[in-house]
Parts: sequence; structure tokens; C-alpha cells
Amino acid sequence: MRDVAVIGIGMTKWGELWDKALRDIFVETALLAIDDAGVDHIDSMYIGCMTSGLFVGQEHLASQLADYLGLGPIPAARVESACASGGLAVKQGFLEVASGYSDIVLVSGVEKMTDVGGDQATYALGTAADQEYEGYHGITFPGLYALIARAHMHAYGTTREQLAHVAVKNHRHGALNPLAQYPFEVTVEGVLNSTRIADPLRILDCSPITDGAAAAILCPLDMAKSLTDKPIVKIAGFGHATDTIALHDREDLTFLAATAKAGEAAYAMSGKTPEDIDVVEVHDCFTIAEICVIEALGFMEKGKGGTAAESGLTALGGKIPVNTSGGLKAKGHPVGATGVAQIVELVKQLRGDADKRQVEGARVGLAQNMGGSGGSTLVHILEVQ
Amino acid sequence: MVTPARYWREIPQRYRLEAGKCTACGKIYFPPRVVCVCGAREFETVQLNDEGTLQTFTVIRVAPSQFTDEAPYVVGIVELGDGVRVTTQVVDCDPEQLEIGQKVKVEFRRVQTIGEAGILCYGYKCVPV
Repeated sequence: MRDVAVIGIGMTKWGELWDKALRDIFVETALLAIDDAGVDHIDSMYIGCMTSGLFVGQEHLASQLADYLGLGPIPAARVESACASGGLAVKQGFLEVASGYSDIVLVSGVEKMTDVGGDQATYALGTAADQEYEGYHGITFPGLYALIARAHMHAYGTTREQLAHVAVKNHRHGALNPLAQYPFEVTVEGVLNSTRIADPLRILDCSPITDGAAAAILCPLDMAKSLTDKPIVKIAGFGHATDTIALHDREDLTFLAATAKAGEAAYAMSGKTPEDIDVVEVHDCFTIAEICVIEALGFMEKGKGGTAAESGLTALGGKIPVNTSGGLKAKGHPVGATGVAQIVELVKQLRGDADKRQVEGARVGLAQNMGGSGGSTLVHILEVQ
Repeated sequence: MVTPARYWREIPQRYRLEAGKCTACGKIYFPPRVVCVCGAREFETVQLNDEGTLQTFTVIRVAPSQFTDEAPYVVGIVELGDGVRVTTQVVDCDPEQLEIGQKVKVEFRRVQTIGEAGILCYGYKCVPV
């Protein structure tokens, strides 16, 4: 296998983009990545998108987007793994370059979520759970993470305030990210008094409905030096694992086994350990998710994840900054785009281009992107050369 | 999305809690499967216990459209013995009094009402004992 580098990234401001169609958001973002890389052609592309069929009534997406980007007839494929679709696109692009089949591959994630109302969006997102044995009984996605939260609080004494601290931290980071959907701060009190969604979770524990895309250009590491003058970021390793999509089928309701497995594989492939990681982007679709993820990745002891945000450990300036982009919570969560946006943030950090949210001296970053209530996970470890 | 054929084929599980038990290792699957993690492919049909223990729960306050009239309502994960768990509503209870570890009993209830015609869909729910 060849070593693979990320030589271009693109992302525009996320939010409720009423004036833009899915194809507009994608093309704008992909062009930024192509220009950032300075490449004059693309050999192949992968699009991560969870459910354009339910959100905008459009399937056969990859060909349409390749055409609108002016790249037809290159091979283009859409990949899906619920909210981990973006991470999956990165993996597929990585493998295509590593294998030697293609040299320059565009990986992108996109989701246009606001063309439907709240009911339809709830339904679309709910399809990431087991429709017949979870959804049938009236559970929602916030509800599934609320089940995890209550189990974690019961087993380990995690507090309601500790959950709130995750949202407070990520909004503090997001306030420094001009591309974030909600670039403002919130307080612990504000989170605790926000609207109840699924007890014990409140609306400020939840990531929002977002329109957005993110893109990156991959190429062989050997070729990267001749293509760009920017610091070269290598994909040092990845891991990909699955778990039951029905939460109730898991032995330990508080343990994200797919994240642990994907993390172990990424650490092994890159030769890194949690101690080597300088900056982390994780899938905080709900506050409790960040707590369980940092435990599964080995940054915190099992059961102790709740203390991390509260103590400042995972804040900018802390020992292991998590979600400097603002995370899904503040940056937004256009589901299929999230996994690629995490790579965009890591590349900015590793190039030293993260402005006010720069982690000083960051050399190694980790991104964790998760589908459903943890039924799929992609982990990528990036290192600046 | 509940359609007539889909509803009909799930009746053995929704009405009677029919599960599959691997004849090689004894692991029970709900719903039944045709291949076990142990590799075996022979199963016998068994019925799950109708009593269990609440493992975790939430109170849904923002509900999917077919459940809007019911909100707020409790959804929990219930262990029905032999390592089998189900996601189900917990009803006839005060959510504020509910705790993890609560003993519950399975009852046959209406679960949701779909479409403009208001077709009733049935299945299992739990009540505290």
C-alpha cells in the first residue's frame, strides 16, 4: 500500500442555507478543496451522504455531483453509513489512492437537511436506528442517547452538570470558528434550563439540523511534495468497525464497542497511542456521546469521561483538546458531511492554520465519526510531515 | 413506516414475543435469525418471558409524528431474561417515580396509530409490577 496525504481541504459556512441546493453546497465546497490543493484534475470521487433520498428526494447522487463539478465521466460513488457516511468516504478514498488505482481522489460529505420539516427530518434521522424493533416503539435519536446517558449516570455517577459542560466547552470552541452554524457561547445554567427533548437530555445537549458540505483531496504521499507548498498531512492510519444498530442488543449500553475497535485498529496502523494525539475531533451528536467516545478511544478511563470537560482537560489549552471546531454541537451536523469536516479541522490544526482555536505545536490528530447510536465508526489518525 | 405486509409478517414477534433459540449454543435472538454468532444455523422457536427488569429509560417529549398525541411517554430497555433485551414503552406509571431496576410485566397494547385512516398498530408494552 502507498502512503496517502491530504493536500487540499474545503468547507463553507454551515447553517440553514435556504438559498442553496444540495448540488450548490457540494460544488462550492469541492472547488475550495481543489483550489486549496492546486490540482488540475481529479481521478475519482467519493461522496458521503446519509439520506438525500429522504431529505431532498434525490438518489443517484454521485453522478449528478460529478457532473455539476464538471468532472464527468470520472468514476464517482456515494457511500452510506448513516452519520458516519463522511468518514466512510474518506476511508474509501484512502484505499483507492493507497492501492495505486487512482492518484488524486476527491472525498466529500454533504447533507441538505432543511428542505423538509422537523417531522420528516426526525423520521429521516430515525432510519439509522432499527426501524422495526426500536423506531416502532416511539424512540427517537435524542431518545436513544438519553437511554445511554441515564445508564452511564446510573453506572458511573456521571452528573447532569457534566453533560452540560460538554456543550459549554464545544460552544466555546465553536465561537472561535467562523464556519460554525452556532458560533456563540452557552452556559451550564443555560443548558440545564433549555427545553426538555428526551430526559435527561435537553435541546442544548443535541446537535442541530444543518445544511453543509466538506471536502478533501487525497493523493500519494510521494506525489504531495510536488503538488503543494503547504505542510503535508499524512493519513497515518484508520479503523472501521460495526456494532449492532439496535442499542438494546449491546451487552454494555454505555460502551461504544465499534469506536473502541476502530480506535484500536487506527492506533495499530499508525503506531500511535492516545498519548501521542495532540488534537481530537469526535462525534458529539449529543453531549453524552462525547463522554462515551473519549472513554472508548482510551483518552479517559471507562466511567470517568464525564469529568473531562468539567475539569478543562478536553478544552482548548487542556491536555487533550477535543472538538476545537465546535464539534457537531456548535459547528452543526449535516450528517453525511460531518466525517469529512472533522478531517478539514484536523488538517487546519496540523497545518497551523486554525487561527484563534489553534492547538500550539499540534502534529498528530484523531477523528472519530459514528453512525446511529454507535452501530458504525470510522477513526482516522493524521500526522503532519 | 408501517405497511400491511410489513405489519403482518412481524405479528409473531409483536403479539407473541416469538424468538429463535440456537440449538447448538442456546443463545436466544429476538427477532429470530437464521445464523448464530457461534456459526450454527439451526434454531427452535421459543417465547420470551413476560416479566423483566428496566435497564434504562427516557421520557420522550419531542415525538415522531405518529406519537405526538402520546407525548410525553416513557421508552425503556427491558431485560426479559436469558440475556434478551427489548426496546419498549413503559406505561401506567409516573415517570418521576421510575428507576433503573424496576420490575416490569409485558402487556399487549396499542403501540401507534398510522395514516389518515388512523390504523391501529399493536404490540408489547411494559407496566411496572
